[in-house]
Amino acid sequence: MMHYPQVLFQNRKPDRIATLEEYRQSGGYQALADVIRNYTSKKVQEVLVDAILLGRGGAAFPAGRKLMTVADEAPYPRYIVCNADEMEPGTFKDRVMIHADPHMIIEGMVIDAYGAKAEKGIIFIRPEYESAARILEREIEIARKEGFLGKNILGSDFNFDIAVHRSAGRYICGEVTAQLNALMGKRANPQQPPPYPTEKGLWNLPTVLQNVETLANIPHIIKNGAEWYKSLALTESGAGTKLFSVSGKVNNPGCFELPMGIKLSEIIEIHAGGMTEGSEYKACLPGGASTRFLPREFYDIELDFDTLRDVGHRLGTGAIMVFDQKTCLVAATLNLVEFFARESCGWCTPCREGLPYIRDLLRRLERGQGEEEYIPMLQQMSKHLWSAYCAFAPGAVSPVESLVTYFEDEIREHISQKQCPFK
Amino acid sequence: MIPAELKESLQKHIASIDHPRELVVDVMFAVQDYYGYLNDEAVEEVAELLDMSPVEVEQLATFYTFIYREPVGKYVIHVCDSLVCWMEGHESLLDRLIGKLGINLGETTPDGMFSLLPVCCIGYCDRAPAIMINKKVYGPLTIDTLDDILEKLRAEA
Repeated sequence: MMHYPQVLFQNRKPDRIATLEEYRQSGGYQALADVIRNYTSKKVQEVLVDAILLGRGGAAFPAGRKLMTVADEAPYPRYIVCNADEMEPGTFKDRVMIHADPHMIIEGMVIDAYGAKAEKGIIFIRPEYESAARILEREIEIARKEGFLGKNILGSDFNFDIAVHRSAGRYICGEVTAQLNALMGKRANPQQPPPYPTEKGLWNLPTVLQNVETLANIPHIIKNGAEWYKSLALTESGAGTKLFSVSGKVNNPGCFELPMGIKLSEIIEIHAGGMTEGSEYKACLPGGASTRFLPREFYDIELDFDTLRDVGHRLGTGAIMVFDQKTCLVAATLNLVEFFARESCGWCTPCREGLPYIRDLLRRLERGQGEEEYIPMLQQMSKHLWSAYCAFAPGAVSPVESLVTYFEDEIREHISQKQCPFK
Repeated sequence: MIPAELKESLQKHIASIDHPRELVVDVMFAVQDYYGYLNDEAVEEVAELLDMSPVEVEQLATFYTFIYREPVGKYVIHVCDSLVCWMEGHESLLDRLIGKLGINLGETTPDGMFSLLPVCCIGYCDRAPAIMINKKVYGPLTIDTLDDILEKLRAEA
């Protein structure tokens, strides 16, 4: 098997976290010491921009640019929010990351805070990850005792501290503006910018929200430089490594740190142990529930944010859910839409009304009660979802739209046979 | 009414925070832990502690998956029904649970032992099909290992 450099998972162990001691032995907190001695906040921003560090929570927004949108004259205190509300179906990389090396995330967060001149940090975490929340609380306390957090970090005049915020569980809380409302004790409805959170976020103060994996990359970029980071990728357009959560019809499901730009086929055949006995690759969702089905013709595609965008797809969270020839994709899409319909916050009409409508069409199709005209109806209703208030709704119809694009024949078989052909 | 001791510790925590409303989920969890669920009285108590109106608390209490506005059993079983668990046999697990416990989703056994609820992807797709019992994860499960877990929980209760 090809072994690639392990950056985020370099201290990963099968059964426990890396301790502070172990993290330091691997060079941990050196980047922070260097930043505090030698960097301005601008320089932190520039290095992250040069490294092309793109947000790993699914939206791929450049992390350095996000810091730059905090205006110089913006008010204080400023906030850094670490989004650990990982709820995109198929995605479990942040859980694995927190259980592998919590101090890497903490260090990344402190450096990010330095880049935004922020002094308040919050880790927003879903209730299903209670063990991760406890780990973070314990390790934050340890980092504080060592002077990496709190007042006068490493003897400087820089102050930054982190609190862990437990959510009570709802998918929409992963959306930036919804998460800010949730943090402020309001119902987690999204809010349409402007103002952007980096201008007016929590309590109307500048707030930079980054994903767990994004933050964990930061210390390494500082330590080894932007050029090194870019060179980790196998493609010209990619940068760094990516934590891929792989599940479904493979022999060895799990979370793997692999270079950006790695081929989908290599992930499935080598790292995830190949397709299960008797299974053939039919399609996958490459980046969680709100991405488009990647059919067989893309089996050898190199995976980075650009390569997928160029063919009309999204890498999302890099959560690869693999389907075989025996899995009905109409039923799979129905399952996804059931999820989205249940988790819609209900705030705006296209999403609240449109998802149950699509769910009803897919249910009928799956039961063999579908009509020919349902296919254009699926397309039309999916289009309406693009006028919803937040990015949730276009994500929710990505599987539906790609089902029609690539697997129309499979839908038609449900109609002509008056039953699900896979049953 | 929640005990004075719990109330005081919550008040102390609330007083130490710049923006008390940030604590509303923590306070709901703490009060829910005391009553077993968030009853009407609890909603009012949470509201009073945080200087919110009961309806503001209510719209949060009914919004979140892990806040219960109805009584639940000693063990709350959350069955993941998202894509990967579905693909790996969630339906047969659910059928087994419904058969064994004699209740449907959203119900609690008459002896107050088990509640059965659906839940969205819990982030253990590498261990599908998976369920959570009182926030502890079990997976990958088969019908047999599921039976063993239920027996064990009954024996411990």
